[in-house]
Amino acid sequence: MKVVLRNPRRELEVAGPISVIALLNRLELNRESVLVIQGDDLIPGDAMLDDAQTIEIRPVISGGAV
Amino acid sequence: MKCRVCREPAVIDVRRQNANYCRDHFLRMCRDQVAKAISEFDMLRPGERVLVAVSGGKDSLACWHLLRELGYEADGFVIGLGIGEYSEESTRYAQAFAHERGLTLHYCNLRDEHGFDVPTAAKATRRVPCSACGLSKRHLFDAAAREHGYDVVATGHNLDDEAAVLFGNVLRWQTDYLGRQLPVLPARDGFPKKVKPLVRLGERETAAYCVLTGIDYIVEECPMAEGNKHLGYKAALNEIELESPGSKHDFYFGFLKRVSARFTGEVESQQSELSTCTRCGAPTPEDVCAFCKLAERSSGHEPVTLRARR
Repeated sequence: MKVVLRNPRRELEVAGPISVIALLNRLELNRESVLVIQGDDLIPGDAMLDDAQTIEIRPVISGGAV
Repeated sequence: MKCRVCREPAVIDVRRQNANYCRDHFLRMCRDQVAKAISEFDMLRPGERVLVAVSGGKDSLACWHLLRELGYEADGFVIGLGIGEYSEESTRYAQAFAHERGLTLHYCNLRDEHGFDVPTAAKATRRVPCSACGLSKRHLFDAAAREHGYDVVATGHNLDDEAAVLFGNVLRWQTDYLGRQLPVLPARDGFPKKVKPLVRLGERETAAYCVLTGIDYIVEECPMAEGNKHLGYKAALNEIELESPGSKHDFYFGFLKRVSARFTGEVESQQSELSTCTRCGAPTPEDVCAFCKLAERSSGHEPVTLRARR
């Protein structure tokens, strides 16, 4: 599957099937800090991803001047 | 994963609540949490006009959207901070949000109207950019509220923001800051009331709210915030949250409930008499306010150009 990462934007190819949680663990990403998105939908942590999918892993942490 | 309310398939987990939600019940939970925060801390009263401090990011746009959903009369205010392409793009998101919904969005360009921008101010003052940025935003939001007759300025600070700020203030025992770290700051001597309606929502939830309601926001991080302490504190707290869901909530709301009042007295005793800035008319304890001093120092400095983003 194609995995789009942000900040900076880049793409990875990851072999499926794999669960969302397992994918985040493999990429060493904290599940509290990201959303997994396909199109306009959120993909829950227990969903299985297959090779045909394109997903975005979007960071949700922001912060500068407060 | 099943929605805790309707048992239909869930789209998101909220681990600190030990709950999963479908789209509709997640959005309802967000509205309920904002309504609860407004009620719990007496943030807004009927008839008050609200100015939302908008950046084009997820939190401020979600805040504006949620306040309108809850029936509040809320307009927006966005500032062109001059942080290169990032500022232009974030302003476009704010403008598109307002345009699509027929909302009023006030705009101020820092360089056009005050002769400097954030990168130049950082260079001129030799301080971190977030310092000049925060000072400018607070001043301009307050001034806009006075100019346009708003009673309240609402910001998109969420639970993660507040927990991270608290973490930093506790690490250094900055008791004056601790005394002011409240979800509501009452109006005082020409300053409008300040409220933070999103304090009961984490930033993963505000991002999810935007995705699920079709709010387009700038995902990219401010290039000048890279490596700042606030982001480091958030990352540290999320490592704790991963192992112990609910830690951020308990840290922040435990502070408000059990500790905060110990520091508010110190702040009140230190509050100076305010007069009026001789240049801009803003309330200030000195002859010239901090923003006008920043503008004076920065506007004479050669403009700093940011390199194009990678």
